[in-house]
Amino acid sequence: MAPDLAGATAPGWQRDVFDVLKAAQVKHVVYVPDAGHSTAIRLAEADPSITSVVLTTEQEGIGYLAGAWLGGERGALLMQSSGVGNCINTLALQACTRFPLLMVVTMRGDWAEFNQWQNPMGQAAEAALRLMGVLTWRADDPKDVAPLLRGAATMAFDGDAACAVLLGQRLIGEKEWLK
Amino acid sequence: MTAGGTLDRRAVVAGLLRDRGELLVITGLGSPSYDVMAAGDHDGNFYLWAAMGSAAMVGLGLALARPDRPVMVVTGDGEQLMGFGALATIALRAPRNLSIVILDNGHFGETGMQPSHAGQGLEFSRVAEAIGFPKVDLVTDMQGVPPLRQRVQACESLNLAVVKIAAENLPRALPPRDGVHVKNRFRMALGHAPA
Repeated sequence: MAPDLAGATAPGWQRDVFDVLKAAQVKHVVYVPDAGHSTAIRLAEADPSITSVVLTTEQEGIGYLAGAWLGGERGALLMQSSGVGNCINTLALQACTRFPLLMVVTMRGDWAEFNQWQNPMGQAAEAALRLMGVLTWRADDPKDVAPLLRGAATMAFDGDAACAVLLGQRLIGEKEWLK
Repeated sequence: MTAGGTLDRRAVVAGLLRDRGELLVITGLGSPSYDVMAAGDHDGNFYLWAAMGSAAMVGLGLALARPDRPVMVVTGDGEQLMGFGALATIALRAPRNLSIVILDNGHFGETGMQPSHAGQGLEFSRVAEAIGFPKVDLVTDMQGVPPLRQRVQACESLNLAVVKIAAENLPRALPPRDGVHVKNRFRMALGHAPA
């Protein structure tokens, strides 16, 4: 895939997401696309040592990462906050087997959201994750992304925990809606 | 169309697991887990008890992490219906060592034998063909089982088989429900230590 302009000009924290995952020996990046993840997805797809899998719905990623871990390999699930709701029942798989589950969630319905249909799930996403036993951290400042994700990866892979880093809309920036 | 089929699900699964060798098995919640358990518990089995719709995806993750081992997902038509999109995800990746076996009785057997979509006209084998599974089998008699077993072991192509089984609730053979135990047992059999 040719490098795209958006990737070349993407903010550094987007690159940090990929670099932290790579340093954490993540071998599988599974995702439902979001603009905030576009750099990490592009880099993962281009990396021959990483298996990238596009999903039809976020909960597929939980099953997938459980299977990869059964086979001895680490992975991460990238998604948007709307996908958190899709994952709820499937999180039982992590709770009952305690495999490392690392999620990176770009927020919608969080701040400066144009489309209010994103608000119900966006506002409930972190509470919903915590209700299901997922440890969560929020990054609203670019400099927090790498350390928070690094710490989440440690607690997922060394502690068999479910960990989610939420990337706030203040970090991602206002979405421009042009008619 | 007639829902499901006539085959004895336990005989089918026992046939697929005969001389299993290096085979790793993931089971969908409910009767497929009991069928695999009834054929003999094994360190290379991972049984799901929840997360309906996830069995095939667990199989995909495992198959891509361990391309050197044959991986078979054994699930039911109802479980796979909840993971319908997963079939599209799997068809795109198409690992050669992955087989999906859908035991199709045309019913939601665990919840009172309500007719499922598969029992009311949806044919999974046609779905699989349409979304690009390179090899699809429809097994309606026991003579179809040995060739399917061979295909599972051969690791020559992603494949999906729909096996038309009788709609009946057999005595349950309950696999262990301690998921951490089953996970660690499975991983240790592959040479991985617990955390």
